Amino acid sequence: MTLRILAIDDSRTMRGLLRASLEEAGFDVTTAEDGIDGMERLEAVAPDVIITDINMPRLDGFGVIEAVRKSDEGRSVPILVLSTESGVEMKDRARRSGATGWIVKPFDDARLISAIRRVARV
Amino acid sequence: MSSLNEIRQMFFVECEEQLEQLTDGLDTLQDAVSDGTQDGETVNTIFRAVHSIKGGAASFSLDAITRFAHIFETILDEVRGQQQELTPDLLQEFYGASDYLAGLVAQSAEGDEPEDAALEERIAAIAALSTAEDDGEVDFSQSFVPVSLDFGFVSAGDEADDQSAGFSIRFAPTAALYANGHEPLHLFRELETLGRLTVEVVPDDALTDETDPEVPHLAWSLSLTTDSDESAIREIFEFAEPHADLTIVPLDPPAPAFDLSAFEAPAEDGEGFAPPAGPENAAESADSSSSTSAEPEPQLAEAEPTVPEPAREEKKSTAKAGPKATVRVDLDVVDDLINTVGELVITQSVVTQSIKEAGLQPGTRLAVSLEEFQNLTRHIQESVMAIRAQSVKPLFQRMGRIVRETAQIAGKEVRFVTEGDDTEVDRTVIERLVDPLTHILRNAIDHGLETAETRAAAGKDTQGTVTLSAAHRSGRVVIEVADNGGGINREKVLASAVSKGLVAENATLSPSEIDRLLFTPGFSTASAVTNLSGRGVGMDVVNSEIKKLGGRVSILSTPGEGSTISISLPLTLAVLDGMIVDVAGETLVVPISAITETIRPRSSQIRRIDRGTQTIYLRNTTVPIIDLGQVFGYADAPALDREGVLLLVEDDQGAQRALAVDRIYEQRQVVIKSLESNYGHVPWIAAATILGDGRIALIVDIDEITNTGTPALQPGTPATKEVPA
Repeated sequence: MTLRILAIDDSRTMRGLLRASLEEAGFDVTTAEDGIDGMERLEAVAPDVIITDINMPRLDGFGVIEAVRKSDEGRSVPILVLSTESGVEMKDRARRSGATGWIVKPFDDARLISAIRRVARV
Repeated sequence: MSSLNEIRQMFFVECEEQLEQLTDGLDTLQDAVSDGTQDGETVNTIFRAVHSIKGGAASFSLDAITRFAHIFETILDEVRGQQQELTPDLLQEFYGASDYLAGLVAQSAEGDEPEDAALEERIAAIAALSTAEDDGEVDFSQSFVPVSLDFGFVSAGDEADDQSAGFSIRFAPTAALYANGHEPLHLFRELETLGRLTVEVVPDDALTDETDPEVPHLAWSLSLTTDSDESAIREIFEFAEPHADLTIVPLDPPAPAFDLSAFEAPAEDGEGFAPPAGPENAAESADSSSSTSAEPEPQLAEAEPTVPEPAREEKKSTAKAGPKATVRVDLDVVDDLINTVGELVITQSVVTQSIKEAGLQPGTRLAVSLEEFQNLTRHIQESVMAIRAQSVKPLFQRMGRIVRETAQIAGKEVRFVTEGDDTEVDRTVIERLVDPLTHILRNAIDHGLETAETRAAAGKDTQGTVTLSAAHRSGRVVIEVADNGGGINREKVLASAVSKGLVAENATLSPSEIDRLLFTPGFSTASAVTNLSGRGVGMDVVNSEIKKLGGRVSILSTPGEGSTISISLPLTLAVLDGMIVDVAGETLVVPISAITETIRPRSSQIRRIDRGTQTIYLRNTTVPIIDLGQVFGYADAPALDREGVLLLVEDDQGAQRALAVDRIYEQRQVVIKSLESNYGHVPWIAAATILGDGRIALIVDIDEITNTGTPALQPGTPATKEVPA
């Protein structure tokens, strides 16, 4: 089964990089350009894993995590945070909001993919 | 991955947009600082722009950008978190930093590395702005170390002094663990990478038929034989830990037996296992029952404000239009489309002309449809031209950087105002405006604006103003640089021109003629060449650059009030306003931008200098006549012998020439068809076009013809002309 990934990042460059490396790994990738956009796509995409940035306009990554956890469609979908930050406080907050993992940008293709495979329920 | 290069390109394009947002945001902040209204969202936007640049740069290992953006972002974060107040001084630092960042991006896009020393200096300067308490010694430049991933593999058994043979782990998840996307199986698999793992399930006694499916009733006892230390295990459970009871007890090296006593203490508090909670408050009770996450309440409350309230967001965004939705298209595709549409326009006019020649009666259905067709074609052409058009905003922002830099070097206080940022111009034109505008702006600040003392003495605001504006005016784009300085010192200009031998000593020049001297090659007023505007090029270069774009430069100056330099440009380089002329039976096109007037000369005005050269005596000056028919070898006798007309043109040096042609047909827009790709450079011909009747007409290269086309010098032998490199 092809894993469906919803990748939310406001940077076009990042979205491009994510799409390129995840599609190469055989995942089905949908990108969204901010938290609101991501939430709007959630139902249609029904992702196996969500990857989200933290700093985004309109709705940030913490907001995404909280909204996903409150939603009907994907409340237990694994969510990986992809951020340039690696501060303890930020991680802690993401964890309390309900993130499943934390990946530091810039990401390494192989490690991101193995992280996805690890959290995805297949 | 071949697309990596494309994404890299995308990164630089995106950087430009983010730099634009950055400058926009700083401008908004500047207004806010001056009228005392602070705006949190603007700082956020700026922060995000810098943050995104950092993230992208790190992905491409552009270390200079990454490091500088990081330190810049750190200070922005302090302002955002209100640990630091945004003072006008700090804002100036931000402008400086954003200019520097833009420079770094531009350098990296070119594939250059910035100078290390300069970079370190800038990083240190920005770091010094930090008000963070922690012992000032914090080296921000080093604090951002990109780590690929701290989620996965943990290097096993690195430290030898941790001799414990393993750990016994008790893991009792709460409902929140599953709700947050975790799966114990995955976690255990991960543990297995550290060593040998045995897993034993501990079922809950309360497992009955009425069990709530969302409340977990299982716990696990694990035993891990490993060389890794406890932190490696904790790392695996990093995100799962708050949602479970996790106890990790080292096994005694000599006694690898499973030590059940280790579990007794936590097991006794019982509740951690199966909170008797309904599904609606499962998560909540899970939190409170979990020993490791007893404190979430206050933080959660603190977390809330970061979810933007839509209403507030909306209010802020009404001030400025949101980001434009765009489609990126390869420029070649657009150019191809423009060419095809050009052909369409030509074909349409051929069809129209043929039908008219066939005797079409006005008012017939065909005539009406034809007119409709004509309108549609024109509309398509305009729309296609608009695709190539770009707003001048990025150009203006770039100029803003130039102004700040120049003002700093010149030691003058300058207010930079832009108007008409949304005006759209062909992107090629925009690119080629960078150098001329840079030069004009440097001149305006360096020479145009007076020093603060002089301004104060004249009763002016000590801060000078330079305005850069763009507007569409009657099918052309007009870009103006206006300063409110002292205006052109005409006496000085004239004296300088005389001393350089550009003007005769006894010449009487009108004020505007004196002003135009600034565009004369070899002219420079600054008695001491400053290190700003005096860079070996003068306004004459600006003038010739603009002329190459089919534009004109004019200057208007009022003593004591300032000067305005206007650049008038065609909307596009693909279409040209041309004068269609007849030269000994051949049809040629002369660009209208070069023509200053047309003259039907009286024979008394014409003077013959020698065998082939004629001149015309016009308003007290003698203007050489260039006979196009003779230049191109179409005719032996001058056109004026056949009652021809003269087109008075001005070349890029400002010199006047009169082109003799037989007849003027009309004035119209023509689609420019380049000859260069097929024929290389053709002497005296800029390009070609196709006329309504399907015939090809050549477009005359005015500058080349006025410089070298005097028939006496080159009697009809264009083939011998050297092709400039």
